[in-house]
Amino acid sequence: MTGSRGRRILLGAAAPVGALAFSMLITAALLLVTGHNPVEAFSAMISALQRIRIVLGTIDQSAVYYLSAVAVAIGFKMNLFNIGVDGQYRLAAMLSAAVAGAAWMGSLPGFLRIAITLLVAMAVGAAWAGVAALLKVTRGVSEVISTIMLNAIATFIIAYLLTPQRLAVLEGNNISTPKITEGGQLPVIEFEGSTTPLYTLVLLAALVGVLYALMLSRTVFGFNIKATGMSETAAVASGISVKRMIVSAMLLSGAVAGLIGMPELLNGSAASYSLNFPTGIGFTGIAVALLGRNHPVGMVFSALLWAALDSSANALQGVGVPRELVTIMQGIIVLSVVVAYEFVRRYRLTLEARDVARALAARSKEAAQATVSDR
Amino acid sequence: MQRPRWDLPPGPPAFFAGCRRAVWPDSFRECMIVPFHFPQIPGSPGMEEGQMTADPPTPDPPTADGPPAVELMGITKRFPGVVANSNITFSVRRGTVHALVGENGAGKSTLMKTLYGMHQPDEGSISVNGSAVTFHSPADAIAVGIGMVHQHFMLADNLTVWENIVLGSEPVAGGRLDARGARARIDELAGTYGLTVDSGALVETLGVGARQRVEILKVLYRGARILILDEPTAVLVPQEVDELFGNLRELKAEGLTIIFISHKLDEVRTIADEITVIRRGTTVGTADPKAVTNRQLAEMMVGSALPVPELRESTVTDTVVLRLAGVRVGGGAGSRDVLSDIDLQIHAGEVLGIAGVEGNGQAELVDAIMGIRPIAGGSVELAGSDVGHLSTADRRESGVGFIPEDRHRQGLILEGTLWENRILGHQTRRPSARGWLVDRAAARADTRRIVDTFDVRTPGIEVTAASLSGGNQQKLIVGREMSEDPVLLIASHPTRGVDVGAQAAIWEHLRNARAAGLAVLLISADLEELIGMSDRLTVILRGRLTGTYDPHSITPEQLGAAMTGAGEEPSGDEPQGSAKSGEVA
Repeated sequence: MTGSRGRRILLGAAAPVGALAFSMLITAALLLVTGHNPVEAFSAMISALQRIRIVLGTIDQSAVYYLSAVAVAIGFKMNLFNIGVDGQYRLAAMLSAAVAGAAWMGSLPGFLRIAITLLVAMAVGAAWAGVAALLKVTRGVSEVISTIMLNAIATFIIAYLLTPQRLAVLEGNNISTPKITEGGQLPVIEFEGSTTPLYTLVLLAALVGVLYALMLSRTVFGFNIKATGMSETAAVASGISVKRMIVSAMLLSGAVAGLIGMPELLNGSAASYSLNFPTGIGFTGIAVALLGRNHPVGMVFSALLWAALDSSANALQGVGVPRELVTIMQGIIVLSVVVAYEFVRRYRLTLEARDVARALAARSKEAAQATVSDR
Repeated sequence: MQRPRWDLPPGPPAFFAGCRRAVWPDSFRECMIVPFHFPQIPGSPGMEEGQMTADPPTPDPPTADGPPAVELMGITKRFPGVVANSNITFSVRRGTVHALVGENGAGKSTLMKTLYGMHQPDEGSISVNGSAVTFHSPADAIAVGIGMVHQHFMLADNLTVWENIVLGSEPVAGGRLDARGARARIDELAGTYGLTVDSGALVETLGVGARQRVEILKVLYRGARILILDEPTAVLVPQEVDELFGNLRELKAEGLTIIFISHKLDEVRTIADEITVIRRGTTVGTADPKAVTNRQLAEMMVGSALPVPELRESTVTDTVVLRLAGVRVGGGAGSRDVLSDIDLQIHAGEVLGIAGVEGNGQAELVDAIMGIRPIAGGSVELAGSDVGHLSTADRRESGVGFIPEDRHRQGLILEGTLWENRILGHQTRRPSARGWLVDRAAARADTRRIVDTFDVRTPGIEVTAASLSGGNQQKLIVGREMSEDPVLLIASHPTRGVDVGAQAAIWEHLRNARAAGLAVLLISADLEELIGMSDRLTVILRGRLTGTYDPHSITPEQLGAAMTGAGEEPSGDEPQGSAKSGEVA
């Protein structure tokens, strides 16, 4: 059907764009009520985004958000709510940082050190997610509950291991894993006029995105994930082992979650896991995946939007508006987009049913006319 | 416009002689010789009016009760691109059960939504109790005493019965919820209409039949005098249907009016005082339930002669394709086996029909053969090799096609495209897949083949399965399951809920596949289909196969008797054949 593809993209974009506009409207109203000038606030954010340092920071940050969103989306695609991405990436980052910074790594060639770090991170993330998967398939424990609890456990394990007697070293006031030595990190791309470099691991996020897209559209495994997500009963009747799918999807989700901390660890200036390591990205990933509707390309846009909002937040303080305004905007976007998507989904189904009915009616009319003219 | 006239002898047909008892299960057994013709309740309104009229229903002359409870005149409702209802006219007399029958998609639900104020008609008028009304919302309909019981229950499981009933119109005494008053009123309502239910019980503890009574009470509580029941029996087992019909008769006796939407013709003829038939969005006539037969009603519904299920000469071979020996399936902790001692064989080129009242183990038998449900004992052999330990995917790969009983839940991914649905169940085989990759081009090409060969009416293969009609969805499933040359086909209700055109086509495909040497296990609730399309018939009753019959010599009546176990336990007072339903009011 010609035109239906264009319509599909248009409909798909309508909801998030509408949600963004709606959230700007609400925040504008909020600013007016609190006695600020909304035009001033928004133009401060927009002008911030014209500075190269902010743009590069946005891109770096969006790569991290994108990885987190993919990790969440793999689960979402089969109605599996991996709320534990946060704990998975923090534990993975901490343990892989300890491995990457270990003394024995120094003697290995650079690419091997990077590969080992990445593999350890993926393995730890997968293992931590696997705990929830096993609990679900063997004992029927809801993955929502178990992953939330595993997040808390991960926090305590990290606190336990991040002490000088175990995996950490004390450097001044800061406690962290041993710094990764020369050769254990990846180069970054410096830009003139910017203190923030471009992370090369943005490419890793892109690669994960491509693999995710290919998995969904081209592989039997991806088909099974989608089928299980859309109708578990139909999946069972078609011979898909739902338990096996739960375990593999959860492991894969955890492995991708393990990569979330890698840009910061392997491209960042700290070169270690410390108490200052970014937290909460797993939850941001849920929002980004929701906004991008688990779509490999949609999540690129939502990750960029999220990162742009984040990095322009500081500019608000210049015009006397609290930076938390951005958090409010993000919250409204997510809430309204969830509602909007459901509307669009239903609208699309009725639209299609109508089109099909109309096309069939037209066809049978044509056939009737053809037989008349034959006579 | 000239419409066919139905000329039938007045009065009940002779085979009703001897069926005098009013309650369905009992009369069902007494009249077992003709299980699919049910006697009308003596003395009920509508008995005196004889013939089916083919003219567009002229509103009945107001009876002694006064004006008709509901009168619809020339209702037309258009949706963009389609006319859902066109010039619908019928009237419902007060204190009667009026059935509205028609095929899926004939416009019954649209009409009832109009009557319940969920949308406004484009043309036509509605009058209730003689005065014209306009509904802008269901609240307006409720205000004049119309209540709707939806097919899918809308109850909060974690609330009690009375809480559910008052939800949304809570009685208040002194600023607080008047729980005692509410319960007293509900118990009184329940007592008046014989709707037995414990108002303090949690809804999650109730069976389906009791939940439905709660739904009815909910409507009565809001003062409804005219009840619309949308496919109320769809979710009930036979015994619960009997209870429901008992309740409906009590409601009728209290002067309430009931509009009963269904496409189960036996039930309609049992309970209704008058039947209005809808086809393609318009009323085609009214019928007297005591004078009309199922076939006549069905032909009115579809507007043409029905296809006849029949097989040609026998193609049965000696090759055993499926052999079940001593198969047992447990029913979960503490309950008895849902299947025991199942021995059966199907040969290449043979159709084995399984007859049984629904819920006697058919679904479990299918699940056991497909490997969806583990067997507790016995063996399943496919073409000579034991497949009892294989997964569903492996069994499918060794050549088992599966048309599941519920196409929306098990057969299709409704929001997936047609070609994605083509892959479903065939993910591991060509042409859908090459190794671990999906072969999109080949899957699409093969979907086009199925669409052409099986006459699936669709504008393309990129549309979602949800947008097709039921018949076309089913043809797609049949086409898919007959792909990749299966040796065995499990066909569970293959023509349920599809239009006659699709039914005839599906039967033809089954015949052709049988001629080509396919072994078919056919499960159906349609006895005509079973007898016509089977080489051999087996009856399943309470999880056991109780006898094998030759379809050439058995009548539907004898088969019906065997299905309910009539004669097997002559002394039992409880209704037979609903052994699984545990609910007794």
